[in-house]
Amino acid sequence: MNLYKTFMDGEQGLFKPITLTPMQKLTLRFVVVGLVYYLFAVVEGMLMRVHLAAPGAMMDDKQFFAIMTAHPLVGIFGSSYTIVFGAFLFLVPFLMKKPLWSFKLANWTLWLIAIGTFVFWFAGFLSHYSPLYTLYWPLPADFTQFSVWGGTFFILGIALVMVGTFLFVINIFKTIAYNPEGHAKQPKGVLASALGFRHLKNADGSYYVSTPVAAIARGTVDTVLNAGIITFTGVLILIYMIAAILGYDLKHSAIDALLYKNWFWWGLDLIADGLVLIFVAGTWYLLATLITGKNIFMEKWARIALFVEMIASWFVWSHHLMSDQAQPQFLKIFSGEMLTIIELITQGLAFFIVLATLWQARPLKMSNPLKFLLGGLLGFALAVPAGIMQADLGLNRILHNTQWIVGPHVHVAILVGLTMTLYSAIYLLLPILTNGAKLYSQKLANFHFWAHLLGGIGMGAFMGMAGLQGMLRRVVYHNGEFDLYMILAALAGSLLLLAFLAFFYNIVMSVGLRGVLGIFSPSGLDKDRLITEEK
Amino acid sequence: MVDSSVVLYGQTIAYTLYVIVILLVMAWFSYQITRGGGKNIVKPALFYTFVGFLVVLGITLHIATHETIPWKPIDLNRDKIKADKVFEISIKDHQFRLPADTLRIKTGEIAHFKVTSDDLTYGFGLFRKDNSMVFQMQVVPGHMNDVMWEFVRPEVLTIRSTEYSGWKSDKMVLKDVVVIK
Repeated sequence: MNLYKTFMDGEQGLFKPITLTPMQKLTLRFVVVGLVYYLFAVVEGMLMRVHLAAPGAMMDDKQFFAIMTAHPLVGIFGSSYTIVFGAFLFLVPFLMKKPLWSFKLANWTLWLIAIGTFVFWFAGFLSHYSPLYTLYWPLPADFTQFSVWGGTFFILGIALVMVGTFLFVINIFKTIAYNPEGHAKQPKGVLASALGFRHLKNADGSYYVSTPVAAIARGTVDTVLNAGIITFTGVLILIYMIAAILGYDLKHSAIDALLYKNWFWWGLDLIADGLVLIFVAGTWYLLATLITGKNIFMEKWARIALFVEMIASWFVWSHHLMSDQAQPQFLKIFSGEMLTIIELITQGLAFFIVLATLWQARPLKMSNPLKFLLGGLLGFALAVPAGIMQADLGLNRILHNTQWIVGPHVHVAILVGLTMTLYSAIYLLLPILTNGAKLYSQKLANFHFWAHLLGGIGMGAFMGMAGLQGMLRRVVYHNGEFDLYMILAALAGSLLLLAFLAFFYNIVMSVGLRGVLGIFSPSGLDKDRLITEEK
Repeated sequence: MVDSSVVLYGQTIAYTLYVIVILLVMAWFSYQITRGGGKNIVKPALFYTFVGFLVVLGITLHIATHETIPWKPIDLNRDKIKADKVFEISIKDHQFRLPADTLRIKTGEIAHFKVTSDDLTYGFGLFRKDNSMVFQMQVVPGHMNDVMWEFVRPEVLTIRSTEYSGWKSDKMVLKDVVVIK
């Protein structure tokens, strides 16, 4: 098959979109949209890396901070949320052997998040609205610096994403709890069992709700709490914006900046230290069982850890406020230091359980899903201890807001830990979702793995070194103070971009351009069928 | 004497060693799981030992830093400690307002920096000539933000905002305005 034909029809012409069920197509649409926004985030990241290494070469500081505001939100909502939500909307019914509760709602989730992300990205790009994702009060309502209209559209974009998120939450919980017609009736308390408040078991002693579904349910609790806080905060900011548009100047001091910071970080932390850790652990367990064909090692403890992680995630937000001297010391020590240790334990426990599950099944073939799973495990093994170090009152005094925070902790956790886990899932689910499409090139997949791993760890390491030498995050140094580290970080970052381009090309060549377009055409098959083979 | 550069040096060594160890462990593990022949059973005792290790590690970190990092106990007890020098600083419109052009402190003295903001959330940090950080804190409007510090060596320090407050925050730098003798 020549290159052009492969590009049009995919590897060996094996991928036939016409054979896909609506659920397969919908899941693949989530993945495509998520990958496009991942490309957005990577390109934005590279632009920022160039600006930090050579300020003014490509943009001014205003544009830089507008990108810095949109970048994490595009990465989290536009990419990670979209891929994860799409995967879970497929996996929950797949693992529970029943249809999704509402196909229509899932469609709304996809397009609300896709459009919402574009709206807030575009509003920021055009207007340079740049209070950063932290939105420290009263910066988002400071209209002496930022355009009120730009901000209004920015917040409306976020609101669309949150509506899509709420619909996802409803769909997941309803799918777990409901009894579809034509299926065996579920026992009572399935949702409670998924959340960890009951322990329903099958006759053979296995859990009625599988551990990956339990993880999805528990992470979804944090997802809805987080969406509630972001929505509440967005409405609050919107009130100030609408007042400004109407010519009223509401007093910023009406809102206590520290109280605001507490509730907003409480919500934001439910992503970073809640749903991400829970969803990732659940995905690890699923991947490990699918790769090995074995049960999870110490499954009872894995489920306990997921439950403890969910509860702990509601109480650890104060580790983000350890440099806020007006914050009560009790919160800094109890929530900031002591309870945060629980995350080291629960995540360490998940790490050990997955490794033990793999070990007990050896010898294993080093497949793409396995190697990316190992990369994801390594990412969190590097990033979680870095986070525990900065959640110490003594160390936080000299680490807070430095490049250490965003390098070895945030970017290594997201790019190496989370993203490699997602790549593992994509490589594993690709044949299931495409009815057996064949990967175009294993060499490209290998390049994808090594370039992403080295790029992610390298970028985090050079940012971390700069941070330990005093380089702040969210600051552009115009006198070349940290040029060496920033150039090295940019080179490592470019590996991440190359890795993604190799992966993207490999996927397009696997399914073909016609295949990609075919994903977006309607399916004539039954909406209740998840994959083509089963009924 | 322990100051931030010593602590950061120690952290660099400790974390670098950890990174090397975990990379080697994962490389060894990745190789071993592709091979058969050995014992495949993981004993629960190993699991419980690992959990116990994590608990001890997490708690030990905070105890160790309390006992070795001098500013941690000072920070926790600053309402009970009498400062040798008190500096009241305010920030408005992205500009620091200092009580004097230069803040002079002797080594061994405990200085108390009380910083307020009249508009946005800012940061307050001291940096050495090589750009390394001495300390920082957040400056939240409507609240008193204070940090107490014992300076252990003569040096000249720069004040800069350590929190983003709009694109003008990059300009919030007062070079060489804190002199430690």
